[in-house]
Amino acid sequence: MSAEAGQQHPLGIYYKIWTLLFFLSACSYAVDYFEVQGAMRWTLVLLFMALKAGFIVSIFMHAVWERMALVFTILGPPMVLLLLIAFMTIEGNYTSGTRYSYMGHDPNAEALSPDDLHGEEHGGVEEEH
Amino acid sequence: MSETAVNEAGPHSGVSGLVDDWAADKQTYHVPWGKAMMWIFLVSDTFIFTCFLTGYLNVRLTTTQPWPPQSEIFALSFGGDPIPLILIAIMTFILITSSGTMALAVNMGYRKDKKKTFWFIVATAALGASFVGMQAFEWTKLIVDEGVRPWGNPFGAPQFGSVFFMITGFHGLHVSAGVIYLLWVAFRVKRGYYDDKGYEIVEIAGLYWHFVDLVWVFIFAFFYLL
Repeated sequence: MSAEAGQQHPLGIYYKIWTLLFFLSACSYAVDYFEVQGAMRWTLVLLFMALKAGFIVSIFMHAVWERMALVFTILGPPMVLLLLIAFMTIEGNYTSGTRYSYMGHDPNAEALSPDDLHGEEHGGVEEEH
Repeated sequence: MSETAVNEAGPHSGVSGLVDDWAADKQTYHVPWGKAMMWIFLVSDTFIFTCFLTGYLNVRLTTTQPWPPQSEIFALSFGGDPIPLILIAIMTFILITSSGTMALAVNMGYRKDKKKTFWFIVATAALGASFVGMQAFEWTKLIVDEGVRPWGNPFGAPQFGSVFFMITGFHGLHVSAGVIYLLWVAFRVKRGYYDDKGYEIVEIAGLYWHFVDLVWVFIFAFFYLL
């Protein structure tokens, strides 16, 4: 039977990818453990995430060995989601901008900065109900 | 194999194969129908999870209160100082281990090694069940000890709770369903149900399981790490 119908591959590649996934997960965790912050944190986390996702889809889910007709069906439609993410990011930034401008919130209470979060963790309790 | 045999694919692969598969007045996908349907289901599931994660992106961008520090909230202490995010890291490793055992199960299935296939699937299901168990522990800790609710929490932005319960809950539901699905497939393998039908069904179950792991990769990155 051709490779398309029965996905039979040498075991070695699974062990290699398995090890690689462990390594990449450990790297992701190390980013948090060693408190890498800012742009570097985003870059590393997203890089390790993309590599892990890519290896799972391509090797474990056998996408690299499928015919292109199936691969495009799988990977094509989700690409429109990138548009959704882009629009919601623009929209979200606009909304938070107007809230900070007109609703009297402190624009310096930067939600995405972990340093701010550490400081706010204790003070924030009084504001909440 | 004859019953599940698919129409022979054309001689070309790559782009020429793509054109052949779509242009001819015949079957487009040269895979068992169950596999094509599983892929279509997974694509639709991708849309659901991405909508959840995009909703999370939006509320996190728009909230004017600081986002709770996940690294410390999900820390766990084993007698000494709390280790940041350790439970989530263990859960991640468990899910990756289960992905590996599932890949081996698929491989053993195509070798028609029923015994090994059965045990690898059972091991995958057991790891999945332990993942759900840890998630139950995590939820209990957050609800009972930390007082996190879908409408608020003592740390900061109230959206944290709703996002957390919805996204990890929906993922946990997928894992739980996957455990049941895998055990069902495992016992059918053991009974020799696929000897005539072919072992593609193990690969199809594997696709679902790897997808669950794949979703966790994104949840781990976006919700816990960033």
